[in-house]
Amino acid sequence: MSGFLVKQPGLLTLIQDAGRYGQHRIGLTTGGPLDGEAFNWANRLCGNELDASGLEVSIGGLVLEAQVDTALAVTGADMPFKINGQDVARWCTHKVKAGDKIELGFATSGSRAYLTVAGGFNVDQSFSSTATVTREAVGGLSGDKLKQGDLLPCQAHSPTELWALPESEQPDYNADVTLRVILGYQHQTFDSVQQRLFFSSEYALSSRADRMGFRLEGQPVKSQLNGILSEGICHGAIQIPADGQPIVLLNDRQTIGGYPKIGSVISRDTAHLSQRMPGAKIRFEEISLEKAHNINCLAQRRFINMSLQQIA
Amino acid sequence: MNVEIAGENSLIIYFGETTDPLVSAQVQQAAARLETVMADALIDMVPSYASLLVIYDQHKTDHYAVRRHIRETLAQLGHTAQQAGQVITLPVYYSAESGPDLEALAENAKLTVAEVIRIHSEMEYRVYAIGFAPGFAYLGEVDPRIAAARLSTPRLKVPRGAVAIADRQTAVYPAVSPGGWNLIGLCPTRMFNPEADPTMPVQVGDRVRFSPIERAEFLALGGEL
Repeated sequence: MSGFLVKQPGLLTLIQDAGRYGQHRIGLTTGGPLDGEAFNWANRLCGNELDASGLEVSIGGLVLEAQVDTALAVTGADMPFKINGQDVARWCTHKVKAGDKIELGFATSGSRAYLTVAGGFNVDQSFSSTATVTREAVGGLSGDKLKQGDLLPCQAHSPTELWALPESEQPDYNADVTLRVILGYQHQTFDSVQQRLFFSSEYALSSRADRMGFRLEGQPVKSQLNGILSEGICHGAIQIPADGQPIVLLNDRQTIGGYPKIGSVISRDTAHLSQRMPGAKIRFEEISLEKAHNINCLAQRRFINMSLQQIA
Repeated sequence: MNVEIAGENSLIIYFGETTDPLVSAQVQQAAARLETVMADALIDMVPSYASLLVIYDQHKTDHYAVRRHIRETLAQLGHTAQQAGQVITLPVYYSAESGPDLEALAENAKLTVAEVIRIHSEMEYRVYAIGFAPGFAYLGEVDPRIAAARLSTPRLKVPRGAVAIADRQTAVYPAVSPGGWNLIGLCPTRMFNPEADPTMPVQVGDRVRFSPIERAEFLALGGEL
């Protein structure tokens, strides 16, 4: 099968689908796109199912050569996007022909872009998902990030309609981030003063931020517990080790850990967090589980019912 | 027992606060039952020593319904540590060559190396949890005489198959990784092989025995030094 040839892999480009589920019991983590919203829009722009395989391009530097005629879309971080040397828009579908050169430069706003093609990339699943987790050497083409010379297989496609996401729906990755938190896990072991400190302080995103978790720096917060009997960690969990500096655990987190956790950030907000660069200012806000369910259900309805603009 | 919120689509059930085979058996029973009663509203579960993280699809169910499933499941749990799991024997080449911390551990414990090997290999261990890395099984509990604190400086590279002790836990490293446990030997059995079926020789609730082997047998079984 032909597809897209990787001329330059970029700093960290990973094949991702919606993530790997049902495998925690053998210690496999979830993987999947850090910014699920941008990923979902990229698939919708290509008319794909939301679990189709696409690329997560961190920081940028990707160059591909098309070997088939098809359509593609780029969403997420603002990376200079060129087809055959011509600047083209993100957040919309483009036709490409065999021989076309597709380039993503380095991010100027946000940090992760998503590139999808019509029908998705045709990658074999491992453990029921194509999501690449390099630490586990699972998913993608060989459990690793893209390398020069890799072939991303996909089928030829002759799109009749091209779509764009209205500009009003496109996120601003420079905006301040307030992470909405549901109290949970060991939250009672953080007394009311510690909780107030946590929710009233401003944190800065550390340079130690990767797909496992984002470390924040600022006001230390103390639990009355030093450690706990190791237990499952969910997406967005805020782990607070003895130094008092919060770590927000993301898609490639280890499944089990032993640090006290104050609660968890909702996934809509971890998506925005994952687009920020080190030094970004972060605040936390407490919300109820009911409110989180409402936010997520309404966001899903909005996503389903939002009309794309037809551009061709 | 106690049910706490974990995140936007997950609850965690606490069955106890200590490492205990009875509690571990209840975690396993609850996981098996919830998998059936929650069907496709369940996204994933993480059983651990004394807790079970339940991750649900918030577009198919809600935490009230999940809490009801949990209440009903817990009400029907047995109170015996039934040993449903299988017994797996893992061969281990114990030596200073394959276990760089073996001699220091023996010295600190005021035991001979042979006694440490005998004590480690005469116990049957329960698989309490699998996590940290794919195929990393937390086995407990080692005899207090050979329990050993983690290294003050973790190694950057622990070899695949390393048999290790930390506090009263023991484990076999499934892949090369950093690690701060005390290394006492090497096991030639692959603990995680994505190509194999099953991918892991053990699952939570199983029991593990270690069987000492000589260097030549270790190499014959495919072990690498």
